[in-house]
Amino acid sequence: MDSQVDNQVVEKTKVVVVGNGMVGHHFVEQLVELSAKEQAIEITVLSAESRLAYDRVHLSEYFAGKSAADLAMTDEETYQNWQVNFTLDAKVSYIDKDEKFVETEQGQRYDYDKLVLATGSYPFVPPIPGKDQEHCLVYRTIDDLEAINASAKVSKVGVVIGGGLLGLEAANALKQLGLKTHVVEFAPQLMGVQVDAGGGRLLKDKINELGVEVHTSKATSEITAGEQCRYKLCFSDGSELETDLILFSAGIRPFDHLARSFDLAIGERGGIVIDNQCQTSNENIYAIGECALWNNFIFGLVAPGYAMAKVAAEHILGQSAEFTGADMSTKLKLMGVEVGSIGDAHAKTAGSLCYTYENQPNGVYKKIVVNGDKTQLLGAVLIGDTSEYDTLLQYMLNGIELPESPEALILPMAADKPALGVDALPDSATICSCHNVTKGDIVSAIDGGACTVGDVKSCTKASSGCGGCTALVKNVTDSILEQRGVEVKKDICEHFTYSRRELFDIVKVEKITTFEQLLSSHGQGLGCEVCKPLTASILASVWNDYILEKSHVGLQDTNDTFLANMQKDGTYSVVPRIAAGEITPDKLIVLGEVAKRYSLYTKITGGQRVDLFGARVEQLPLIWQELVAAGFETGHAYGKSLRTVKSCVGSSWCRYGVQDSIGMAILLENRYKGLRAPHKIKFAVSGCTRECAEAQSKDIGIIATDKGWNLYVCGNGGMKPRHGDLFATDLDDETLVKYIDRVLMFYVNTGDRLQRTSVWMDSLEGGLSYLQSVVIEDSLQISAELEKQMQSIVGTYQCEWKTTLADPEALKRFKPFVNSDKADSNIVFVEERQQIRPAYPHERIPVQVSDNEPETSLEKSSAQSVKIVEPT
Amino acid sequence: MSLNSENSQQWQTICHLDDLVSNAGVCALLEQGSSSLNDSEQVAIFHLPNTKQQVYAIGNYDPIGQANVLYRGIVGSIGEELVVASPLYKQHFSLQTGLCLQESVSVKNYPARIVDQQVQLLV
Repeated sequence: MDSQVDNQVVEKTKVVVVGNGMVGHHFVEQLVELSAKEQAIEITVLSAESRLAYDRVHLSEYFAGKSAADLAMTDEETYQNWQVNFTLDAKVSYIDKDEKFVETEQGQRYDYDKLVLATGSYPFVPPIPGKDQEHCLVYRTIDDLEAINASAKVSKVGVVIGGGLLGLEAANALKQLGLKTHVVEFAPQLMGVQVDAGGGRLLKDKINELGVEVHTSKATSEITAGEQCRYKLCFSDGSELETDLILFSAGIRPFDHLARSFDLAIGERGGIVIDNQCQTSNENIYAIGECALWNNFIFGLVAPGYAMAKVAAEHILGQSAEFTGADMSTKLKLMGVEVGSIGDAHAKTAGSLCYTYENQPNGVYKKIVVNGDKTQLLGAVLIGDTSEYDTLLQYMLNGIELPESPEALILPMAADKPALGVDALPDSATICSCHNVTKGDIVSAIDGGACTVGDVKSCTKASSGCGGCTALVKNVTDSILEQRGVEVKKDICEHFTYSRRELFDIVKVEKITTFEQLLSSHGQGLGCEVCKPLTASILASVWNDYILEKSHVGLQDTNDTFLANMQKDGTYSVVPRIAAGEITPDKLIVLGEVAKRYSLYTKITGGQRVDLFGARVEQLPLIWQELVAAGFETGHAYGKSLRTVKSCVGSSWCRYGVQDSIGMAILLENRYKGLRAPHKIKFAVSGCTRECAEAQSKDIGIIATDKGWNLYVCGNGGMKPRHGDLFATDLDDETLVKYIDRVLMFYVNTGDRLQRTSVWMDSLEGGLSYLQSVVIEDSLQISAELEKQMQSIVGTYQCEWKTTLADPEALKRFKPFVNSDKADSNIVFVEERQQIRPAYPHERIPVQVSDNEPETSLEKSSAQSVKIVEPT
Repeated sequence: MSLNSENSQQWQTICHLDDLVSNAGVCALLEQGSSSLNDSEQVAIFHLPNTKQQVYAIGNYDPIGQANVLYRGIVGSIGEELVVASPLYKQHFSLQTGLCLQESVSVKNYPARIVDQQVQLLV
């Protein structure tokens, strides 16, 4: 390719793009992005329209108040910055394939090395007598919309001819313009391409309900003058419909005139023939988007067009790329009606079988199409509720094996709706959103030789951002390694060849009380930041020692060491326990006073508590002195332990509450506070079925019934939300506590390191029913032991801050320097919305080392109202 | 480790051995000359009683997290290497060389020793 030749001696590669629709623009974007600086490319865009690319997919929003500028996908300035030449209102009328130039209608000549045709498509208007009158319009460009707008002002009734996807969007537009709107469809159903007959029927009902009248199986034979309205549509069955405005939306045709006139290969029914590189029959000319015919198919959606744009750009730059077709699945909202269509929606595949669910009262229709042996999803239709679209699409795209009863995928309230496990995740699934690492990236890392989680992390950067995906990265890595036949050790780290569960048993059985004991008897090396906190957590779960016991100090994560949560600048946040979110005004005032005294940033947490940020290590004991004196206890926000029990006001205040949810929440929070577990634990108690405390997203969720409590377990919010499973119903207080004791202790005993209850549940063989059998039926005969364990922990609770304050040795740890009483001058706050926050690097003035005039960040940044909080 | 200061280096007593915490770190402030009002150097000092050298010192500033926090990390070993894991983003820094094991950054390292129960650094 010329572009690869040393550019020192070669002129720039001239790329001329004809058409600046969404796909044409995407091509320009890709080419600019992909071309390295040394690859000299000169791009020229010629557009027949009067504006640069705009979003045609959301065209109907023009009527909902969006302006042409809102729909714009780029502007002249951007193109200028990219050094892209462009000419608007420049319709290309001539191509010289030998001399390689094009000419516009105005006679302008543009030379090219590579020509890209992105001319798009035009609306097909059926040859109906009377179609060329003033108020007979199409729906394609902003100019069309302006014409529709003008016509609507002098019209009362509008008809859209064509009940496909675009037709329904156009109908929505007419309705928004205040017209009495009809849709006329030749076929017996709406959206015949994407939706099956059953779905089409329901869709018709729903759209009729929305006030748009749908007429199916109607062939328009003539448009004549009307009596009440401007025009009259005469149908072949003899019926008639009067209207003032007619909008044709009967499909699209590729804009291939130019290619046709200059002898590029054209498909039988139109479209510029392209190969997998998007090259036309002339190798220097490419065609992309709706004007292109690939494998005898025209893709009328934007995503395949984008894919073609990328392929063409890459190919022009000498990179290897291939367009191999595109999935035509779609999900959209038409006039508020959700519609989804996946793959073989019409069950055309030989031997395919269907499962259909229809809920007429609620207007929901769902169908899945599976192969003959019910192992693969081939297609789906979803009307009225597309919440399963993403999952179904992944099943289809990735050929994921279906669960035993595929119907569970679409049935509402299916007890164990199959969730996609790690193995089932597609390669395109994002695992680490900070560094945009997909499962595929992890697979390639492993193919490239990575054979541990650590390797994967260092070559993909996965979980080196916020770290929230650590467990997921490990699961994915393990599962891929396992698939490759690599034996995945459950070893927690290089120092112990045991899993957490094995270590837990060792500690318990051998009555081990220190890390040194465990390391010398079962480990090697000196330990690390994985096995040390893990051991500390197990020791706390089993023996419930004070975590800052001298022998445990070096084992704790900094948060546990300083009994506070480290923030990005090395300061800490402080969260006192506010059980169930209930707090007296006096105590609230104390929090305010303390925060004010130490200039702490103050925020309400999601768990109904107050978080105080910006405390230096040396301030922590002072702050807690005051908090403990006022009756506060530590909130364990720093620990892998019970965080909060969220509650609503329940029957104490609420008109609907049926049980005392606050009372129960306080009881539970006080019972389980301080319990160390594989990961943090959150509870919530709702006082009625309205579920204001959002209990179903918690590890332990309790919802009041008029007979008692329903218990939900192993829910999760956060990164991978999971609804809790309904574990038992209508429990009395005592049984509720008993079950929670057992579930929690079983989790503490068997959970993996940093495994939340939701993942733990999914990893239990037998899942919910197994856990029920262990806890409710005592199938393992361990319930008494679990309860005893819990009782021992509950009985030995201590507020870690209270203990720390009474221990001068422990307090020594809070001194910032062993040899000085100064404070860390690197901590710099600025003020924002009347509170402090850590300064960003650009807000700091670097400390300059100079002998005579030392400058500190304090002096130089006064403009930013920087202040350093001095230790009190 | 810079060469030009080699000549002027001397052992400086920082604190008593009792001020250290076994198998964990503390932080010390190195005064840099008498005229400096400036940010003094912060050193993370780790006490690993079960190792030969027993006491190790590296810069306290985490170049990745950009905060003075390394002394609050958990110490341990990776193979033969003695390391501290940054409490912010968990990268490992060698206690002997100051090199980061995961990224191409490093922190200063200081020769350290215990003499008569006193902790000394070569600065």
